[in-house]
Amino acid sequence: MEKFQTITSTCVPLPIENVDTDQIIPARFLKATTREGFGDNLFADWRYDKAGQPISNFVLNNPTYTGQVLVGGKNFGSGSSREHAAWAIAGYGFKVVVSSFFADIFKGNALNNGVLPVVVSEKFLADLFAAINSDAKTTVTVDLVKQTIINNASGAVESFDINSYKKECLVNGLDDIDYLLSKKDKIEAWEAASI
Amino acid sequence: MSKTLFDKIWDAHVVTAVTDGPTQIYIDRHFCHEVTSPQAFDGLRKRGLKVFRPEKTTLSPDHNIPTLNQDKPIQDPISKNQVDTLTKNANDFGLTLYGLGHEKNGIIHVIGPENGLTQPGMTIVCGDSHTSTHGAFGAIAFGIGTSEVEMVLASQCILQPRPKTMRINYNGKLKPGVTAKDIALYTISQLTTGGATGYFVEYAGEAIRNLSMEERMTVCNLSIEMGARGGMIAPDETTFAYVKGREFAPKGEAWDKALAYWKTLQSDDDAKFDREISFDAAAIEPWITYGTNPGMGMAIGGAIPTIDQIDDASRISFEKSLNYMGFKAGEKLEGKQIDYVFLGSCTNGRIEDFRAFAAFVKGKKKAANVIVWLVPGSWAVEKQIREEGLDKILVEAGFELRQPGCSACLAMNDDKVPAGKYALSTSNRNFEGRQGPGARTILAGPLVAAAAAVTGKITDPRN
Ligand code: SF4
Repeated sequence: MEKFQTITSTCVPLPIENVDTDQIIPARFLKATTREGFGDNLFADWRYDKAGQPISNFVLNNPTYTGQVLVGGKNFGSGSSREHAAWAIAGYGFKVVVSSFFADIFKGNALNNGVLPVVVSEKFLADLFAAINSDAKTTVTVDLVKQTIINNASGAVESFDINSYKKECLVNGLDDIDYLLSKKDKIEAWEAASI
Repeated sequence: MSKTLFDKIWDAHVVTAVTDGPTQIYIDRHFCHEVTSPQAFDGLRKRGLKVFRPEKTTLSPDHNIPTLNQDKPIQDPISKNQVDTLTKNANDFGLTLYGLGHEKNGIIHVIGPENGLTQPGMTIVCGDSHTSTHGAFGAIAFGIGTSEVEMVLASQCILQPRPKTMRINYNGKLKPGVTAKDIALYTISQLTTGGATGYFVEYAGEAIRNLSMEERMTVCNLSIEMGARGGMIAPDETTFAYVKGREFAPKGEAWDKALAYWKTLQSDDDAKFDREISFDAAAIEPWITYGTNPGMGMAIGGAIPTIDQIDDASRISFEKSLNYMGFKAGEKLEGKQIDYVFLGSCTNGRIEDFRAFAAFVKGKKKAANVIVWLVPGSWAVEKQIREEGLDKILVEAGFELRQPGCSACLAMNDDKVPAGKYALSTSNRNFEGRQGPGARTILAGPLVAAAAAVTGKITDPRN
């Protein structure tokens, strides 16, 4: 996994609430057996028409908006536990998703795939949407080490939570399996005592 | 210190706690299906690892499989590849597989309980959000992502932040004609789809105690739709009677020992929950959804909210949703024509759902304007339907039974509802495109589905 420390980037706005994982990656794209290639079908049903042609008013097809930060409405990532949703977001090239609220499983899946979910207040979110709306070049700076996000248009700063274990993993580009494998003796001791 | 049911099971499974981070939890039972597991097995291969405790993982393909002609090769090459990959992974890693055509094959959340693999006090995971179903037995059961599937295969553990606890009490009795599905849809409407995020929910109260195991599974199944990490119900005599004698249930002395432990699995009287809410069971009506998330629901005789009843911030989503559904704010839906009925899924694909449906349609006829898919949750359910003669009742009323699988719940196979058509569905999600691109889903319980199947319209089954 790549190390994640600080990012300053323009944003892709998606001001819709309850964006669920069936929208992020529709079920018919779940048939692959590797993790690659999901980015092409991110938001497929909003992004392409029935003939597979890009729908021009969808934000991912609008060249005005680019960047590594996706800004979504409240309750982002609800629905199915499919990790493919996180792969699609990571695969498309997003490093950060900003919202005022995330569904639990999505949050965990994002972190496991090097995508940082940043929870901000409703006001910060509304202001950020407004700033992007009036100037598509608006950037945010996300500093994982300091756990802050800055709206560079207004200068507004907020700090966000992340548990320190996940933070250390992301900052150093480590993964959970290495950690668990290092605990094998503890696992065997638990089994001996409990089963 | 007094503990909740959740605390008791969680604490018994802590292997280590990462300082200021997640807890390492031991997993007793792991289920895999073909969609969320291939990349995890691939990960193991890349790292050169074996499955740490192969006897604790059970595999069954369910999402992609056809519901007709399962004895013939799967037509769709990509679906076939996923199902074949599951078989290969079972063989390569020495795991138990209930493959296509196996008498134990079915939706993973139906076959786990059916075979006694699901037991009180266990920690149970699967790469599938409706794993919460198994919580009906007084287990901690929740859905995980593929990275976590890989963790469980590699170490029989996962890393989890400890969720908060919530108890939802349903006081008093349900009215006749109200099903477990209605309890769940009602609750999601009250709490919204994000209302229980971060919580593990315990369902309690008289109305829950009176439910059968199948009904409890329906309630726990939908926990995820209000954002909960999982849902659970304390085990009692109903639970023990269901588990006893099933293939993988403990036997003899082991049963007595297990039973003594299971009887301790209740929240202590003075246990503290982070949040507690109560509902009056008699206030619950047969429930349907009108929008594109399971929280957008109402009593079957009710009306869709008007725009001024919706918060400013939610109006765009609300209008987008009604637009997709082809409904108007303030509109009533009772009497509206529908095109498809789907009885099945891990929410309502169990024997009791088929009994309820068959009892309702007995002596009546299928409405000519609807296409009805009746899809048992497993081959065991299918067999029981035949043994009880329900299949004859269904055929006489003009219905046919399909073969088990997830089917139109997520439409990864051929069971897709065409764009713009209305499906009255007993499944769990009414998201845009869930039952096929452009499909419009109305979620409801098995009785509302039965009523719709014979009238061709949204109909209150009590009338
Ligand atoms: S029936 Fe539906 S919700 Fe249940 S496991 Fe299958 S696809 Fe998931």
